[in-house]
Amino acid sequence: MSSEPLWEVFVRPRRGLSHTHVGSLHAPDAALALRNARDLYTRRQEGVSIWVVPADAITASSPDEKDAFFDPAADKVYRHPTFYHVPDGVPHL
Amino acid sequence: MSADTDFVDYLLRRGDDCLVTAQRLGEWYAGAHEMEEDMALANIALDQLGTARLLLTYAGELEGEGRDEDALAYLRDDPQFRNCLLAELPNGDFGHTIVRLLFLSAYQWLLYARTADATGVDERWAAIAAKARKESAYHLDHSAQWTVRLGDGTDESHRRAQDAVDRLWPYTAELFESETTDGRALDPATLRDDWLSTVDKVLTEATLSRPADGAFEETHTGGRRGAHTAHLRDLLAELQSLHRAHPGATW
Repeated sequence: MSSEPLWEVFVRPRRGLSHTHVGSLHAPDAALALRNARDLYTRRQEGVSIWVVPADAITASSPDEKDAFFDPAADKVYRHPTFYHVPDGVPHL
Repeated sequence: MSADTDFVDYLLRRGDDCLVTAQRLGEWYAGAHEMEEDMALANIALDQLGTARLLLTYAGELEGEGRDEDALAYLRDDPQFRNCLLAELPNGDFGHTIVRLLFLSAYQWLLYARTADATGVDERWAAIAAKARKESAYHLDHSAQWTVRLGDGTDESHRRAQDAVDRLWPYTAELFESETTDGRALDPATLRDDWLSTVDKVLTEATLSRPADGAFEETHTGGRRGAHTAHLRDLLAELQSLHRAHPGATW
């Protein structure tokens, strides 16, 4: 039904954090996409910065290739820092 | 008229502009071309309603006859409303709604910004203006963005936007009629030059033209004195029906 292009919206909730995908919306161009994003996704002070990206500019991995893409990482435990001893009294590691 | 009566009228004019604008924008809900625009217009409507509540509450307190915001919004008839005629006109198409919002929000934004920065004006009115100013800047931005896109868009959108400017322009003179303020508020008549340059900039970018000053022998006026079009009566019938059928109803 909609004739306007689709945009993906990324919001940075606080300074120091990275932009996170929050959803998508329709808008005729980038300037209005930003304004629509402001209305739809930052109504309750959720963010300090917004990015909008044309949805068709995003190249996504295919669900069909999920196994080839992600499974090979499953048995490589040495990629995880699980062999270190964490001293007592270190709360935020 | 006492100074207080003049100032109460002044507040009612501002508050009724907001209340009637909120009601008109609310009519768009689920009717705009995109859900996103429904949200934007409803957001603006709620901003306007919020400002209306503050202004009507204050006007009721100053009036001293025990009328609160609800009594003023729901229990006055159209001759007691003080909004400008521009606000009460039917929405028309999206272009009309946007151009009307451009004219109104440029006016509100200038008035709020000037009032918030002014010295010597009524303190509570200045505080309300300071709160409304940021919201109003967004209303102006939204309507300006769309005016440019419609005016500088397709042949059809340009034709409709130009039609809206031509039809609505004669209603804008009323916004700048001089009002007695007794030093507690700014006379809207002082805003016209800045309003013109704000609006002209947007219209130029939108490739739209406006009627020259003095192009109309007769401008449409009367709302500030309570002489309204029949459109306001219809709007109030809807706005007030619930409260009149079930006085004091809440949810």
